[in-house]
Amino acid sequence: MSENIYSEIIVAIFLLIGTIFSFLSAIGLIRLPDVYTRAHAVSKSASLGVLCTLFGAFLFFLIADGYFSIRLILGIFFVFLTSPVVAHLLNRAAYRSNVELAKESVQDDLKEFLGGNEK
Amino acid sequence: MKPNDVILHSVTKAAVVIILTFSIYLFFGGHHNPGGGFIGGLSTASGLVLLYLAFDIETVRTNIPIDFKKVAGFGVLLAIMTGFGSIFFDVPFLSQTFGHFDLPIFGETELATAVLFDVGVALAVIGTAITIILSISEDG
Repeated sequence: MSENIYSEIIVAIFLLIGTIFSFLSAIGLIRLPDVYTRAHAVSKSASLGVLCTLFGAFLFFLIADGYFSIRLILGIFFVFLTSPVVAHLLNRAAYRSNVELAKESVQDDLKEFLGGNEK
Repeated sequence: MKPNDVILHSVTKAAVVIILTFSIYLFFGGHHNPGGGFIGGLSTASGLVLLYLAFDIETVRTNIPIDFKKVAGFGVLLAIMTGFGSIFFDVPFLSQTFGHFDLPIFGETELATAVLFDVGVALAVIGTAITIILSISEDG
């Protein structure tokens, strides 16, 4: 147990970082004004939180049991691959159904490409 | 203007490989680990549904020319046939056995007849799920 104390501290730090990032993304989901900034907050920090938590679990089973879990590696890769695409598709569907931007936004570059023929 | 789905198409091509590989892993790990025919069949069906979502139905139907109603029927038939197969060895219906064999690549492997029943369950689940989703997604 005592020779593993530093590795357990590393695992605990990873789990704590993952939890904190998930909590921050939940706060961002509540506090931010429109759907685009909310997707910005949720997609990046929630996926980073999930990645840190999964990597902490992977390190824990690798150190404590000597078990190399290929499923957790695959899960990390899969979340890293699909989570930004989900945010991209959500944002695009929101823009194509004419969801308003926040009042503070100053520029809409997509309007000249998409704004005319969708309305 | 036709929407440009290149990001969805590229990620779908990579994700479907992972989903189908993981479903095969779940299917074969079902004897000693969590998994089995039902969840393996469902995750295979979810990978196929992701293909149907990213590309349209006609494209997938020309590339995977399988009638999924026949898949479901064949799965149920296979499950029943493994049950009746035990009658020929003078044991009760749905009895199962296993043995250790020396395969060329895998080495000594435990092969069980319950895997054949699980193949039937997985095919029935795949066929039923895809048939339900395709029939409620088509017009008319």
